[in-house]
Amino acid sequence: MTRRTYLDHAATTPMLPESLEAMTACLPLVGNPSSLHTSGRLARRLVEESRERIAAALGARPSEVLFTGGGTESDNLAVKGLYWQRHGQDARRRRILLSAVEHHAVMDSALWLAQHEGAEVEWLPVDAAGRMHPETLEAAIAGDPDTVALVSVMWANNEVGTVQPVARLAAVAGSHGVPIHCDAVQAFGQLKVDFAASGLDAMTVTGHKIGGPLGLGLLVLGRSVELTPVMHGGGQERDVRSGTLDTPAIVGLAAAAETAAGTQPRRAAHLAGLRDDLVGRLLAEVSDVVVGGDSRLSLDHRLPGNAHFSFPGCEGDALLMLLDARGIECSTGSACSAGVPQPSHVLLAMGVPEDLARGSLRFSFGHSSTAADVDAVIDAIEPVVTRARRAGQTTVRA
Amino acid sequence: MKVLAAMSGGVDSAVAAARAADAGHDVTGVHLALASNPQSFRTGARGCCTLEDARDARRAADVIGIPFYVWDLAERFRQDVVEDFVAEYSAGRTPNPCLRCNEKVKFAAVLDKALALGFDAVCTGHYARVVDGRLVRAVDPAKDQSYVLGVLSARQVARAMFPIGTSRKEAVRREAAVRGLAVAAKPDSHDICFIADGDTAGFLQRRLGSAPGPIVDVDGTEVGGHDGAYAFTVGQRRGLRIGRPAPDGMPRYVLDVSPVTNTVTVGPAARLDVYRMVARRAVWSGPAPRAPTPCLAQVRAHGDPVPATARWDGDLLDVELHTIVRGVAPGQAVVLYDAETVIGSATIASTSSAIPAAR
Repeated sequence: MTRRTYLDHAATTPMLPESLEAMTACLPLVGNPSSLHTSGRLARRLVEESRERIAAALGARPSEVLFTGGGTESDNLAVKGLYWQRHGQDARRRRILLSAVEHHAVMDSALWLAQHEGAEVEWLPVDAAGRMHPETLEAAIAGDPDTVALVSVMWANNEVGTVQPVARLAAVAGSHGVPIHCDAVQAFGQLKVDFAASGLDAMTVTGHKIGGPLGLGLLVLGRSVELTPVMHGGGQERDVRSGTLDTPAIVGLAAAAETAAGTQPRRAAHLAGLRDDLVGRLLAEVSDVVVGGDSRLSLDHRLPGNAHFSFPGCEGDALLMLLDARGIECSTGSACSAGVPQPSHVLLAMGVPEDLARGSLRFSFGHSSTAADVDAVIDAIEPVVTRARRAGQTTVRA
Repeated sequence: MKVLAAMSGGVDSAVAAARAADAGHDVTGVHLALASNPQSFRTGARGCCTLEDARDARRAADVIGIPFYVWDLAERFRQDVVEDFVAEYSAGRTPNPCLRCNEKVKFAAVLDKALALGFDAVCTGHYARVVDGRLVRAVDPAKDQSYVLGVLSARQVARAMFPIGTSRKEAVRREAAVRGLAVAAKPDSHDICFIADGDTAGFLQRRLGSAPGPIVDVDGTEVGGHDGAYAFTVGQRRGLRIGRPAPDGMPRYVLDVSPVTNTVTVGPAARLDVYRMVARRAVWSGPAPRAPTPCLAQVRAHGDPVPATARWDGDLLDVELHTIVRGVAPGQAVVLYDAETVIGSATIASTSSAIPAAR
């Protein structure tokens, strides 16, 4: 097999050795953290020590850290749970305010509430860089503050890496007494994420994007924030989330979270260096390539590990296939059902024309990325783009 | 060669891809997503392009050990196959959507894209053979699909690969089982893939609406009514709902469908006998019959080939049949063979039941 150049860390990133080691060491242990005997108490101790380490890494209190089955579950729990809670307290609260570039886990949860529970979803516009302005949120809430159930805005976008002004958005929501949830799945590990300083009410994090295990996520939920459960059972996590806790995964996630927070400044500089190198050299290599997202590459504006390009006249899936054949793994960054690419709602919301949106690729760097990865892309890109351009977009539009 | 294997999720295309890989080609599997809103599961033998089919194709690619992608051709398929199907029926003709899909999608859009991306050939699970650059019938006469591929040009045939045309269906299924392909026992697909419930008349009615008109006898006497001439096809006997029996007491068949006057003409079976036909839009993968050429003509996918003499003037193809063929509808394709080898095909524009003067 050809050497693989893995540049899809935003999809999932390899486990960190310290996480793998910590998790593996716990796998043989028996004991349900909810059991009262000695083995149960040992497991519970591992869980609670991990919760404390995770809380410290995220600027949260231990009681605010809830373990879930992953990012999608946390987003569902936050959006649906907050809606049911708020609407149950006051039936006028039906409006869900979302940025137009949210992940499907947030979007589709809100749309489900609209279809089945009478919610009204409002998509708040973003600028050409994909950023939602606090004034936009202010205007949307202030129009009728009593009818807002919740706000959800992601910390940083998964496709184009645009960083939202989270603290300022949280201040706007807070000034109206409206709870705000934030999907920070892409941000944690690359940016400084401090839950207490952010002013957020709820925040989603997941293990496998930071070098922790798959299948374990977090909902960081402010102590005073009430939430209606989505899944019912033993009520293990603050009576909000039920299910037996996965002790080994939790221990693995704690190790990864500590590294993510502790090495963040260094990691960000490393990723940004590689990303800037790729952007600069790719612009020189392919004359008409368009860089998607915020052109300002600083940490306030853009995830350091994210590079996004649109190649006029090409189809993203053709580019992906040709790069894959040369050992380079990236993403079209768009949602798939049965692997069928749709033009990205994120790019369309940013005002990117549909043709250009279809010809887009996301390269995302992570902890195992090296300068050789950038070299591999630069070596391959020109012939790949030439070939993909020849194939054109004939199959998507007759 | 770099080969793109179109994988439907069925047993034939899976074995075809496996054989291409075994032959030493660099094979990439591609599932063509043709439905814009795919169903989750197939129902029996009907329909295709479900999410389950895509998964079956992916699993077959895994077992064969080749890369696998899904290409979205839903819009192209809708325009070139589904809309064409509706337009042809509404014009009183009887189209073959499988043939159109091969002509416009699999060996046009997909082939062109594959060639542009650096592939040398497209491999499918059709039962046909390519021998010395010519399209030839499959070894299994019951499964032969050379008719629906007859519309391919020489250039398209040159880039096509049909690895299972040398085998019988039972052998293909056995081979799939030996190879560990889970689709070995999957039912064959039948009917028109984009009409999942098999109700073509219902599909056309939803698309074209109700358009009541008369059913007339050969002498013009109105003998009944219909809700849309498009629901009838030449040679059809069932569903005419004519109360009055014919004077001769014999069953009546659809002889003609005229969308301009919205009239369906019925008459006795003998009037369906066709001796001669004129066809347009000829495509040749063998030598075009500029001079009168003896050949075999086939007018439907599983019809018997009949001896004929064909002549092409560069525009119209004139086919004189030496054996009567019954119930040929305009819009059907006539495929000409030299023994087992395809010469070319054309779309039937008109038929004539008059016995040629020379005979």
